[in-house]
Amino acid sequence: MGITQVLFWFLSIMAILAAILVVISKNPVHSVLWLIVVFVAISGHYILLDAQFLAIVNLIVYAGAIMVLFLFVFMLMNLNAETEPQKNRWLKIAGVVTGGALLLVLVAALKKADLKAQIAEMNKGDIGLIHNLGVTLFHDYVVPFEISSVLFLSAMVGVVVIGRNEREQKDMWPHGNNYGA
Amino acid sequence: MPINYYIFLAVALFCVGVAGVLTRRNAIIIFMCIELMLNAVNLLLVAFSKMHHHALGASVPTAGIDGQLFVFFIMVVAAAEVSVGLAVIVMMYRNTHSIDVNFLNRLKH
Repeated sequence: MGITQVLFWFLSIMAILAAILVVISKNPVHSVLWLIVVFVAISGHYILLDAQFLAIVNLIVYAGAIMVLFLFVFMLMNLNAETEPQKNRWLKIAGVVTGGALLLVLVAALKKADLKAQIAEMNKGDIGLIHNLGVTLFHDYVVPFEISSVLFLSAMVGVVVIGRNEREQKDMWPHGNNYGA
Repeated sequence: MPINYYIFLAVALFCVGVAGVLTRRNAIIIFMCIELMLNAVNLLLVAFSKMHHHALGASVPTAGIDGQLFVFFIMVVAAAEVSVGLAVIVMMYRNTHSIDVNFLNRLKH
Protein backbone atom coordinates (compact mmCIF):
# COMPACT_ATOMS: atom_id res chain seq x y z
CA MET A 1 0.00 0.00 0.00
CA GLY A 2 1.65 3.19 -1.19
CA ILE A 3 1.52 6.62 0.33
CA THR A 4 -1.32 7.57 -2.05
CA GLN A 5 -3.54 4.76 -0.79
CA VAL A 6 -2.78 5.60 2.83
CA LEU A 7 -3.67 9.23 2.18
CA PHE A 8 -6.86 8.21 0.38
CA TRP A 9 -8.11 6.15 3.33
CA PHE A 10 -7.03 8.76 5.85
CA LEU A 11 -8.82 11.57 4.02
CA SER A 12 -11.92 9.43 3.42
CA ILE A 13 -12.26 8.48 7.07
CA MET A 14 -11.61 12.08 8.10
CA ALA A 15 -14.28 13.36 5.69
CA ILE A 16 -16.95 10.90 6.81
CA LEU A 17 -16.28 11.29 10.54
CA ALA A 18 -16.28 15.09 10.27
CA ALA A 19 -19.50 14.95 8.21
CA ILE A 20 -21.18 12.87 10.91
CA LEU A 21 -19.95 15.31 13.56
CA VAL A 22 -21.42 18.22 11.54
CA VAL A 23 -24.82 16.58 11.88
CA ILE A 24 -24.63 15.49 15.53
CA SER A 25 -22.92 18.55 17.08
CA LYS A 26 -25.23 20.39 19.45
CA ASN A 27 -23.37 23.70 19.19
CA PRO A 28 -23.86 25.25 15.71
CA VAL A 29 -20.39 26.82 15.76
CA HIS A 30 -18.83 23.38 16.20
CA SER A 31 -20.84 22.23 13.19
CA VAL A 32 -19.30 24.99 11.10
CA LEU A 33 -15.79 24.04 12.25
CA TRP A 34 -16.36 20.36 11.43
CA LEU A 35 -17.70 21.35 8.02
CA ILE A 36 -14.41 23.16 7.40
CA VAL A 37 -12.63 19.89 8.23
CA VAL A 38 -14.81 18.11 5.65
CA PHE A 39 -13.89 20.69 3.03
CA VAL A 40 -10.18 20.39 3.81
CA ALA A 41 -10.43 16.61 3.44
CA ILE A 42 -12.24 16.98 0.11
CA SER A 43 -9.57 19.44 -1.04
CA GLY A 44 -6.98 16.81 -0.14
CA HIS A 45 -8.85 14.35 -2.34
CA TYR A 46 -8.75 16.86 -5.19
CA ILE A 47 -4.98 17.19 -4.78
CA LEU A 48 -4.63 13.40 -4.83
CA LEU A 49 -6.65 13.38 -8.05
CA ASP A 50 -4.42 16.10 -9.53
CA ALA A 51 -7.16 18.72 -9.65
CA GLN A 52 -4.98 21.39 -8.10
CA PHE A 53 -7.03 24.35 -9.28
CA LEU A 54 -10.24 22.94 -7.84
CA ALA A 55 -8.44 22.08 -4.58
CA ILE A 56 -7.33 25.69 -4.13
CA VAL A 57 -10.70 27.12 -5.20
CA ASN A 58 -12.45 24.73 -2.81
CA LEU A 59 -10.24 25.88 0.06
CA ILE A 60 -10.53 29.59 -0.70
CA VAL A 61 -14.21 29.76 -1.66
CA TYR A 62 -15.76 27.08 0.55
CA ALA A 63 -13.52 26.68 3.58
CA GLY A 64 -12.63 30.37 3.47
CA ALA A 65 -15.38 32.63 2.25
CA ILE A 66 -18.59 30.63 2.62
CA MET A 67 -17.77 29.24 6.06
CA VAL A 68 -16.81 32.70 7.31
CA LEU A 69 -20.22 33.87 6.07
CA PHE A 70 -21.89 31.08 8.07
CA LEU A 71 -19.87 31.98 11.18
CA PHE A 72 -20.80 35.64 10.79
CA VAL A 73 -24.48 34.78 10.61
CA PHE A 74 -24.18 32.61 13.74
CA MET A 75 -22.46 35.44 15.57
CA LEU A 76 -25.08 37.96 14.42
CA MET A 77 -27.83 35.78 15.85
CA ASN A 78 -25.99 34.92 19.07
CA LEU A 79 -26.91 31.25 18.88
CA ASN A 80 -25.52 28.51 21.08
CA ALA A 81 -26.34 25.01 22.23
CA GLU A 82 -29.07 26.25 24.60
CA THR A 83 -31.07 28.00 21.90
CA GLU A 84 -30.83 24.96 19.63
CA PRO A 85 -34.36 23.88 18.67
CA GLN A 86 -35.18 20.44 19.99
CA LYS A 87 -36.91 17.91 17.86
CA ASN A 88 -39.12 14.96 18.59
CA ARG A 89 -36.95 11.85 19.10
CA TRP A 90 -39.07 9.73 16.76
CA LEU A 91 -38.60 12.26 13.96
CA LYS A 92 -34.83 12.08 14.51
CA ILE A 93 -34.87 8.29 14.35
CA ALA A 94 -37.03 8.45 11.23
CA GLY A 95 -34.57 10.85 9.58
CA VAL A 96 -31.57 8.66 10.36
CA VAL A 97 -33.40 5.55 9.16
CA THR A 98 -34.35 7.32 5.93
CA GLY A 99 -30.76 8.41 5.28
CA GLY A 100 -29.48 4.93 6.12
CA ALA A 101 -32.05 3.35 3.80
CA LEU A 102 -30.92 5.62 0.96
CA LEU A 103 -27.30 4.64 1.66
CA LEU A 104 -28.28 0.97 1.71
CA VAL A 105 -30.15 1.17 -1.59
CA LEU A 106 -27.37 3.06 -3.38
CA VAL A 107 -24.63 0.75 -2.06
CA ALA A 108 -26.64 -2.36 -2.91
CA ALA A 109 -27.29 -1.05 -6.42
CA LEU A 110 -23.65 -0.10 -7.04
CA LYS A 111 -21.98 -3.08 -5.34
CA LYS A 112 -22.59 -5.41 -8.26
CA ALA A 113 -21.56 -2.84 -10.89
CA ASP A 114 -18.53 -4.04 -12.83
CA LEU A 115 -16.25 -1.04 -12.27
CA LYS A 116 -13.05 -2.71 -11.07
CA ALA A 117 -11.32 -1.97 -14.38
CA GLN A 118 -12.16 1.74 -14.22
CA ILE A 119 -9.38 3.58 -12.46
CA ALA A 120 -9.50 7.18 -11.31
CA GLU A 121 -5.82 7.83 -11.87
CA MET A 122 -3.78 9.64 -9.24
CA ASN A 123 -0.52 11.56 -9.43
CA LYS A 124 -0.79 11.70 -13.19
CA GLY A 125 -2.37 13.85 -15.87
CA ASP A 126 -2.42 17.62 -16.24
CA ILE A 127 -6.10 18.35 -16.94
CA GLY A 128 -6.48 19.86 -13.47
CA LEU A 129 -3.90 22.56 -14.08
CA ILE A 130 -5.17 26.09 -14.40
CA HIS A 131 -3.74 26.51 -17.90
CA ASN A 132 -5.67 23.62 -19.41
CA LEU A 133 -8.85 24.43 -17.49
CA GLY A 134 -8.61 28.08 -18.54
CA VAL A 135 -8.16 27.27 -22.22
CA THR A 136 -11.25 25.05 -22.22
CA LEU A 137 -13.23 27.49 -20.08
CA PHE A 138 -12.66 30.38 -22.46
CA HIS A 139 -13.07 28.32 -25.62
CA ASP A 140 -16.04 26.09 -24.99
CA TYR A 141 -17.69 27.56 -21.89
CA VAL A 142 -17.54 31.31 -22.48
CA VAL A 143 -21.32 31.76 -22.55
CA PRO A 144 -21.97 29.92 -19.24
CA PHE A 145 -19.09 31.87 -17.73
CA GLU A 146 -20.64 35.19 -18.73
CA ILE A 147 -24.09 34.06 -17.64
CA SER A 148 -22.67 33.23 -14.21
CA SER A 149 -21.66 36.88 -13.87
CA VAL A 150 -25.32 37.83 -14.42
CA LEU A 151 -26.21 35.23 -11.80
CA PHE A 152 -23.87 36.86 -9.31
CA LEU A 153 -25.26 40.29 -10.04
CA SER A 154 -28.82 39.09 -9.50
CA ALA A 155 -27.78 37.27 -6.31
CA MET A 156 -26.17 40.47 -5.04
CA VAL A 157 -29.28 42.53 -5.80
CA GLY A 158 -31.44 39.83 -4.23
CA VAL A 159 -29.41 39.80 -1.02
CA VAL A 160 -29.61 43.57 -0.70
CA VAL A 161 -33.37 43.55 -1.28
CA ILE A 162 -34.02 40.66 1.12
CA GLY A 163 -31.62 41.82 3.80
CA ARG A 164 -32.83 45.39 4.06
CA ASN A 165 -34.37 46.00 7.45
CA GLU A 166 -37.87 47.07 8.27
CA ARG A 167 -37.20 50.66 9.28
CA GLU A 168 -35.51 51.52 6.01
CA GLN A 169 -38.37 49.87 4.16
CA LYS A 170 -40.87 52.13 5.93
CA ASP A 171 -38.83 55.14 4.92
CA MET A 172 -38.78 54.02 1.34
CA TRP A 173 -42.45 53.14 1.15
CA PRO A 174 -44.22 55.44 3.63
CA HIS A 175 -47.64 54.11 2.64
CA GLY A 176 -46.71 50.54 3.64
CA ASN A 177 -45.17 47.79 1.63
CA ASN A 178 -46.75 44.71 0.22
CA TYR A 179 -44.48 42.16 1.93
CA GLY A 180 -43.23 41.50 5.44
CA ALA A 181 -45.15 42.15 8.60
CA MET B 1 -7.70 3.96 -7.03
CA PRO B 2 -10.64 2.04 -8.52
CA ILE B 3 -13.56 4.32 -9.17
CA ASN B 4 -15.96 2.43 -6.90
CA TYR B 5 -14.14 3.59 -3.77
CA TYR B 6 -14.85 7.15 -4.80
CA ILE B 7 -18.47 6.31 -5.59
CA PHE B 8 -18.98 4.79 -2.15
CA LEU B 9 -17.25 7.70 -0.42
CA ALA B 10 -19.43 10.23 -2.25
CA VAL B 11 -22.58 8.19 -1.55
CA ALA B 12 -21.70 8.04 2.15
CA LEU B 13 -21.13 11.79 2.36
CA PHE B 14 -24.34 12.46 0.44
CA CYS B 15 -26.38 10.23 2.74
CA VAL B 16 -24.92 11.89 5.84
CA GLY B 17 -26.09 15.17 4.30
CA VAL B 18 -29.57 13.78 3.64
CA ALA B 19 -29.84 12.45 7.19
CA GLY B 20 -28.73 15.84 8.50
CA VAL B 21 -31.36 17.70 6.49
CA LEU B 22 -34.03 15.34 7.79
CA THR B 23 -33.00 15.28 11.46
CA ARG B 24 -31.99 18.86 12.24
CA ARG B 25 -34.38 21.76 12.67
CA ASN B 26 -31.84 24.57 12.80
CA ALA B 27 -32.17 26.28 9.40
CA ILE B 28 -28.46 27.04 9.08
CA ILE B 29 -27.42 23.47 9.87
CA ILE B 30 -29.84 22.28 7.20
CA PHE B 31 -28.17 24.69 4.83
CA MET B 32 -24.73 23.35 5.75
CA CYS B 33 -25.90 19.80 5.10
CA ILE B 34 -26.96 20.91 1.62
CA GLU B 35 -23.43 22.23 1.12
CA LEU B 36 -22.14 18.84 2.23
CA MET B 37 -24.29 17.11 -0.40
CA LEU B 38 -23.06 19.50 -3.10
CA ASN B 39 -19.47 18.73 -2.17
CA ALA B 40 -20.06 14.99 -2.29
CA VAL B 41 -21.30 15.42 -5.85
CA ASN B 42 -18.32 17.63 -6.71
CA LEU B 43 -15.91 14.97 -5.46
CA LEU B 44 -17.63 12.34 -7.56
CA LEU B 45 -17.50 14.57 -10.66
CA VAL B 46 -13.75 15.07 -10.26
CA ALA B 47 -13.20 11.33 -9.77
CA PHE B 48 -15.23 10.56 -12.90
CA SER B 49 -13.33 13.20 -14.82
CA LYS B 50 -10.05 11.49 -13.92
CA MET B 51 -11.53 8.10 -14.83
CA HIS B 52 -12.59 9.43 -18.19
CA HIS B 53 -9.15 10.93 -18.72
CA HIS B 54 -7.52 7.61 -17.87
CA ALA B 55 -9.71 5.79 -20.41
CA LEU B 56 -9.53 8.28 -23.28
CA GLY B 57 -6.55 10.51 -22.47
CA ALA B 58 -4.26 8.77 -24.96
CA SER B 59 -6.38 9.74 -27.98
CA VAL B 60 -8.06 12.93 -26.69
CA PRO B 61 -5.68 14.98 -24.50
CA THR B 62 -8.45 17.08 -22.95
CA ALA B 63 -10.78 14.17 -22.16
CA GLY B 64 -12.42 14.64 -18.78
CA ILE B 65 -11.73 18.34 -18.47
CA ASP B 66 -15.45 19.15 -18.75
CA GLY B 67 -16.12 17.39 -15.46
CA GLN B 68 -13.77 19.69 -13.62
CA LEU B 69 -15.30 22.76 -15.27
CA PHE B 70 -18.72 21.58 -14.16
CA VAL B 71 -17.39 21.44 -10.60
CA PHE B 72 -16.20 25.00 -11.06
CA PHE B 73 -19.66 26.11 -12.17
CA ILE B 74 -21.29 24.22 -9.29
CA MET B 75 -19.08 26.19 -6.92
CA VAL B 76 -20.13 29.44 -8.61
CA VAL B 77 -23.81 28.61 -8.25
CA ALA B 78 -23.31 27.41 -4.67
CA ALA B 79 -21.67 30.70 -3.70
CA ALA B 80 -24.63 32.68 -5.08
CA GLU B 81 -27.05 30.26 -3.41
CA VAL B 82 -25.36 30.58 -0.02
CA SER B 83 -25.51 34.37 -0.06
CA VAL B 84 -29.21 34.47 -0.95
CA GLY B 85 -30.07 31.63 1.42
CA LEU B 86 -28.31 33.23 4.37
CA ALA B 87 -30.08 36.51 3.63
CA VAL B 88 -33.40 34.66 3.73
CA ILE B 89 -32.44 33.01 7.04
CA VAL B 90 -31.42 36.37 8.56
CA MET B 91 -34.77 37.80 7.42
CA MET B 92 -36.58 34.85 8.98
CA TYR B 93 -34.66 35.34 12.25
CA ARG B 94 -35.59 39.01 12.25
CA ASN B 95 -39.28 38.17 11.94
CA THR B 96 -39.59 35.14 14.25
CA HIS B 97 -36.51 35.53 16.53
CA SER B 98 -35.72 31.89 15.92
CA ILE B 99 -34.15 29.83 13.16
CA ASP B 100 -36.30 26.79 13.86
CA VAL B 101 -37.72 25.76 10.51
CA ASN B 102 -40.86 24.52 12.24
CA PHE B 103 -41.93 28.13 12.78
CA LEU B 104 -42.34 28.43 9.05
CA ASN B 105 -45.33 26.09 9.02
CA ARG B 106 -47.51 29.03 10.08
CA LEU B 107 -47.98 29.56 6.35
CA LYS B 108 -50.41 26.65 6.63
CA HIS B 109 -52.86 28.50 8.86
